[in-house]
This record gives sequence, C-alpha cells and structure tokens, in this order.
Amino acid sequence: MEKILLEMKNITKTFPGVKALDNVNLKVVNGEIHALVGENGAGKSTLMNVLSGVYPYGSYEGDIVYDGEVCKFGAIKDSEEKGIVIIHQELALIPYMTIAENMFLGNERGKKFKIDWNETNKQARRYLDIVGLRESTQTLIKDIGVGKQQLVEIAKALSKRARLLILDEPTSSLNETDSRALLDLLLRLKEERGLTSIIISHKLNEVSYVADKITVIRDGATIETLTKGKDDFSESRIIKGMVGREISDRFPKRESHIGEISMEVKNWNVYHPLYKDRKVVDNVNINVRKGEVLGISGLMGAGRTELAMSIFGKSYGENITGQIFINGKEVKLDTVKSAIRHGLAYVTEDRKGNGLILSNPIKINTTVANLEAVSKRTVIDKHKEYSVAVEYKEKLKTKAPSVEQHVGNLSGGNQQKVLLAKWMFTNPDILILDEPTRGIDVGAKYEIYCIINQLVAEGKSVILISSELPEVLGMSDRIYVMNEGKIVGELDAGEATQEKIMAKILQTAG
Amino acid sequence: MNKENVLGFLKKNTMIIVLIIVVAFFSWRTGGAILLPMNVSNLISQNAYVFILATGMLLCILTGGNIDLSVGSVVCFVGAIGALLMVNVGAPVWLTIIVMILIGTAIGAFQGFWIAFVRIPPFIVTLAGMLAFRGLSNVVLNGLTVSIKDQTTFVNLFGGGADCYIHDFIGNGSLNLTCLFGGILAASALVLLQILSRIKKKQNGYELESVFAFGGKIVILAGVIIAFAYKLAQHKGIPTVLIWVLVVVIIYGYITSNTTVGRYFYAVGGNEKATKLSGIDTNRVYFLAYTNMGFLAALAGMVTIARLTSAQPTYGQNYEMDAIGSCFIGGASAYGGIGTVPGVIVGAVLMGVINLGMSLMGVDANMQKVVKGVVLLAAVIFDVVSKRGGKMIVKN
Repeated sequence: MEKILLEMKNITKTFPGVKALDNVNLKVVNGEIHALVGENGAGKSTLMNVLSGVYPYGSYEGDIVYDGEVCKFGAIKDSEEKGIVIIHQELALIPYMTIAENMFLGNERGKKFKIDWNETNKQARRYLDIVGLRESTQTLIKDIGVGKQQLVEIAKALSKRARLLILDEPTSSLNETDSRALLDLLLRLKEERGLTSIIISHKLNEVSYVADKITVIRDGATIETLTKGKDDFSESRIIKGMVGREISDRFPKRESHIGEISMEVKNWNVYHPLYKDRKVVDNVNINVRKGEVLGISGLMGAGRTELAMSIFGKSYGENITGQIFINGKEVKLDTVKSAIRHGLAYVTEDRKGNGLILSNPIKINTTVANLEAVSKRTVIDKHKEYSVAVEYKEKLKTKAPSVEQHVGNLSGGNQQKVLLAKWMFTNPDILILDEPTRGIDVGAKYEIYCIINQLVAEGKSVILISSELPEVLGMSDRIYVMNEGKIVGELDAGEATQEKIMAKILQTAG
Repeated sequence: MNKENVLGFLKKNTMIIVLIIVVAFFSWRTGGAILLPMNVSNLISQNAYVFILATGMLLCILTGGNIDLSVGSVVCFVGAIGALLMVNVGAPVWLTIIVMILIGTAIGAFQGFWIAFVRIPPFIVTLAGMLAFRGLSNVVLNGLTVSIKDQTTFVNLFGGGADCYIHDFIGNGSLNLTCLFGGILAASALVLLQILSRIKKKQNGYELESVFAFGGKIVILAGVIIAFAYKLAQHKGIPTVLIWVLVVVIIYGYITSNTTVGRYFYAVGGNEKATKLSGIDTNRVYFLAYTNMGFLAALAGMVTIARLTSAQPTYGQNYEMDAIGSCFIGGASAYGGIGTVPGVIVGAVLMGVINLGMSLMGVDANMQKVVKGVVLLAAVIFDVVSKRGGKMIVKN
C-alpha cells in the first residue's frame, strides 16, 4: 500500500471578488513526482501558496493533511520545518553572495554571533555534490548561469531537510539541456533519496517525461488526475484537460505568400558589453523576406536575443560590425529611434523588465514607442491616444476592463498582447518577436500565433525567436539554427524536425 | 454611490480632504484668523518659492525618485549674483534677469550632465552642488548682506516690497474688483474647459464619472477659486508673485500631462529600460529634469531676493526640503513615475497652511519643525499603505 504524504482536501480560497480556488483536492503519494498543470490563472500557484503557508491557516477553507496530521501553517517557516520547501519561479538568490552563503541564508551554521564558515562550506559542498554541481562553494551567484542557480536552490532546499519539494516553473528560463538535466536530477533524487516533488510547469513534454501523476487544474477547480501507465500521458491529452476542449491544431494554418528580401544582415559581429573580448554574435549572415515567418532556434545563451537587440539600434553589445540592408539599401541603425524609423520592431523576451511600464495603464503603454503618431507638435491628443488604445485592445482581444487598467494587474498573456500592440502601433515592416509566448497559457498562445499569421498576411516580416522547438517548427516558413553566436544551420519548414535541429546544435557544441 | 466608489474617491482625494480638515482645525484654533484676507494673501507670498521649486522637483522625482539637494544653495547663489549686478555693477533689470536665468540654467545643466550622461547618482552630484554653491554665495557676497531696496522695478516685478499687488484697474473702493473679476474669469474658464473636455470624452466613448459627481466637482472647484479671489480682493488684490506662480504651475501642469516630453518623464520613472527600448533618449530626460530645476531655481531666486529686498549668504536654506516634502505629501512616488503638478501644489499648500497656522497659534518654531516632519512621514506612510490595500506591515 502506498503511503500518502500530502492530502489537500476541499481547499477553497477567496480573494476580494474572486474565488481563486474552489474545493480543490490534491493527493500526493510519498516518493512520487506529481505535476500540476493548468492555464495561467487556473490557481496552481495559489494552491501552492496555501500549502507553503504564504496564505496562512484561517485565510482559506479546507484541510491540509501532511504525513498523517492536519497542519495549520501560519507562515512559510512552519511549512519548512515540516520539510515542505517551495522554489519559486523567480529565484531568490543574492547575486553578490557566494553559493554557500546563499544556501544557508536565514539558516546559518554555527552560533548566533559567530557563523561557522568551515561548517557552512562543508555542508554546502555536501549538498552541491548531491545535486551534481561542480562549482566552488565560494563562487558568487552572479557568476553562474541560471541553470546552475536552479541547482543551488535545490541544494538549499535539501539542506533544509526537504521531504516535499515544490518547484514553480523550474525550467521556464532554462535551455533544453539544462532543463533535461534538472528533470533527471529530480528523477535521481526520487530514486536515491525518496524525495517527493510537486512540479508546476507549462512545458507539457517535460511533465509527461518526469511525472508519475498529473493533476489538471482549471478555473480554480481540480479537473482530473492522470496516472502514468494507466492514463494517456500525451500532450494533446493533457491540453484537453487544461482547456476543456481538444485543440486539434496547436498552430493556426496559414497560406504563405513569400515575397522579396526585406532585411538582410551581413557579417554581423557583436562583443559582450562587459567582457570585451568575448564574441557573442559571430559572423552572422541572415535574411528575411516579406510575408515570411523566420524562426531562429537555439539553446538559451546561443546569442539569439543578443543578435536581435544588436540589430535593433545597437541596444546590446560593443564593437558591433557588419552591414544591414533593408529593401536592398544599406542602412545604419545606430539608435533605437533610427531602427524604429526604418520599420523595425523588437518585442522583448522580458516583458516586465524591458517591455512594459507596469505602473502605467494600457493606454500609455500602447503609444509610448510612437507618441508622435498621436500628438501634434509635441502636444498629445489624448482622445486620439485613447481610441488607438481601444482599437488595439479589441484587435488583439486583450482582456481588461478598460484601457485605463494598469498593465501590472494583467495576466502574462494579456501583458504580452499589450506589448505586441505597442510595437504594432509603430507600424513596422519587420517584427522581431523574442520568446513571444513564454510563460503564457495555451489559449493566449494560440491567439498570439493568429496575430503572427495576420502580420505576415499583411506582407510584414516576422522573425520568431523561440526556445520551444514545436513552436518554431509549427510557425516558421524557414528556420535558422543558432549556437554559440553562430548560425549553424538553415532549414526549410518542410524538412525541419526537432531531431534535425537538435542534431545541428549538437554537432557544433563543444 | 456604493462603498467601493466612496473608498476610491477618498483615496484619490486624500490630501485635499486632509487639507480641508487642517484648515478647519486651524480656523477653530485661531478663531478664524487663518482665513483672514491678509493671512490668505500672506500664504501665497510666503510660499511662492515652494510652489516654483516643488514643480521643478517633481520632474526630478518623476524620473525615478531622484531629488535635487542643491536648489536652496542655487537660489541663494543666483540671488546673490542678481543683487550684486544691480547694486554694484548697476546693470539694468532686464540684463540682470537674463544673467540670473542663464546662470541658474547653466548650473542645472552642469549637474544634469554628470547625472544624465556620466550616471553619477543625483544624490551625490546635488549634495556637492549644495555645498559648493552655498560656499560660493558666501564668497561673492563677502559674507555680507546686499540690499536691493532701491531697485524698485525689480522688486515690484517679482512681488516684493510694499507695492507687491496688482493694481485695481476697475474699482476704487476697499474691494479690489480686478482681483475678484480675475477670479470669476478664471473659474468660468476652468468650468468651460472641463465641460468641453467631457463632451469630447463622451464622443470618444470614455467611461465617465456620473454627471452628479462631475457637476459637484466643478462647482466646488469654481467656488473655491472665487472664494479665494474674494479673500484676496478684500486685502489688497492679487499678489504680483501669484502671477509668476500661476504661470509656472499652468505651463508645467500642461507639459507633464499633455506633451510627449512630459510623458517621457513618467515613462523613465516607470521603467527606464523599456523606455530606452522604445526609442526614447533617456539620458536627455534626466538632463532636462535637472537643467530645468536650475532654471526654476533661478526664478525662485528672483522671487526670494525681491520679497526680502536683499541678498544674504544664508538665504534659501532648507528650500530643497520644502520642495521635496511638498512633492511627497502631494502624492509623488518615491520610486518615480507617479505624481502630478496639481497634487504637488496641494502638498505645498498643506505645508504652508500648517506653517502659517502654527505661527498664528504661537507654536514654538522648533516644535513647528517637529510637526512638519511628522506630517511628511504620515503622508507618505498613508500613501504607501493605502496603495498596498490597507496592509500596514509588509509580511516577511
């Protein structure tokens, strides 16, 4: 008989005006990996926050039974004492502290007024070995990549004697190799140490790879729990549970009408802004045609974002050399402004950090990159601005009560639409979309794909940078594969497969 | 009106409500003295420099909670130069004004250069400016007072001396009719503009507040303006300096809310990286904010030496604090990106009323400082906590 480690019974959590969770039930067996899937806003994170004590006992209804006893957590500290450790999507590590210092922050080894550094480093080493991270405990967090930082978080959790590990979107900012390594680590910890994990993820292929059970949450309620070996674990089966309908086609069809070359980049080289001798983009030659969706595939850190931003008015990098031709004519794009003027738009991958002004309404975010279009001799025509914002809100089906709504209050998918609206309003001919569907739910993804199709139907060029291979394959007419700053392959939509792309990357990786 | 509407209304107009309560409190404690025409008039003349400086400070704060500590010293330095030019050199008034404006703006641009293009933290640059220009004021004045009592043209122009009111062109009785009619005119213009804007909004399909709320708002606004004008009319009329303040407030109010440049200040404070990637020159925005601060400090310098009919090395002390305090009391965010000129003016009036009220009550000057400090802290606490949805303590 398998032992139930955690049971959440009839959890109901209400925020002013909304019922975020409605009678949710979750049963996790000791030693399993349990995936929690659902669209954004379905209530996954809320449920985990109830479990970890972020929302204390009393602020929700229902029972948490952990290890056979009913728990009433008043704070995160209480749940951690029981061995429930949550690792959030945004990592909580301090860049200018060492790995060891970070691991024992708030949990220091030694006495109250004297930290035992030997013990700290020894313990840190021990847990780093368990997760297989070969870095000195003295390395600063800022000097290691996100993938390794994720491992530090797990080591930190283990050092707190975690029995139940909760990972919220652990691979959202990792590349394929790092993601796979992380998932394999979870499997290994399960085998070797009997560690139980709950993993929240949007990446369904990973979920079916790693999970023993999958619980689907939709609109604040549990829909079903699938068990490996018993139920169908395919992506389409999971999606069906999440959206409540079959998505026969994850990518909308389009008829391609590809025209002449709209932009060509030749012999493009970019160096790192801080480490001046590190070449981030290495002799890249690419072109994109009118009416074409050009995919750029590659692992995280392959230099795709750097390539895009350096083209977009040299907003990244140093010592940039090379030529850009737009409609056959050479142009100098030294500032973002000149790039916009030549019909370029760059929709950033980091919509909160680099894209939107969260404290401002939809209206202001929509027009900020092209204020001239709604103003006369520097005086803004607020009525025009308002109607422009409303127009784009309707066109892109942005869900918000009004265009006066602050962007910070919108869901990820709707924020992404506002960001797209901002750049569509600059009336570009060439749009570079950098991870346009990262962290947004399946329904919103489909709508974004439709917008992309609409853009190319108007004869615009779209450069689609994405780490999700199915997305690149499903949307692009042509695909460049990038690795370590170089273009390592070019494939037509007809011939491209996930295997071929990975093979191109792996051939050059070394 | 339901509960949410009431709460929303309270939150949006907190400082105005506080201002009303404070005025009511002082008129009770001073037996109505604070509402005497003379005191209302003094409130304007005494605080003119705060209105001007706070408007400029708002632009700096908007860019990301950045402040300018040097304004008090710059006011003093520019004032000293102006006084010396007129008295020692015998320069004409127009030349003096031009030179003062140029020097103030140049100082602002100098500081702005380091802040915007070299990215030295504003706190450091303006702290240096605060020390340096205080010292330079002492040097140019030789530590002495320079009286400009005889420079009547300059003094009258900037609202100092005995004849610091706009002449009454119409009436000749005890009531200054020019002032009263001016107030009525201003109120009517405001009502008209509000109605026009509402009509246009309706045509564009905005969500509008109810006719009742809108009507109430403009009636109250117009009423306050006319009552205010009536008070001034009962004293000696419009203080000349009020014209300067109004010009500054109207121009900057318009810039911040209706122009592209104004929008950039909010954008930079809201998210600098996103603003940069939208093709906006963010360095220029910082540079403009501090250059403009220097320009307005020069204007405040003129107003200050005119009012005190002299220049002294100690003038302008703590002016920067008055300006910064007004901004934060008036709802500007300490993180940037949020704040309005009307809000800042309400903040400045509130500070002014508290000053005046306590002086009338005979509260000791040191205690006055304590009260002002408490008010500043309370205002910002209230602002931050109410934005957080009423939660006082941030959970760990």
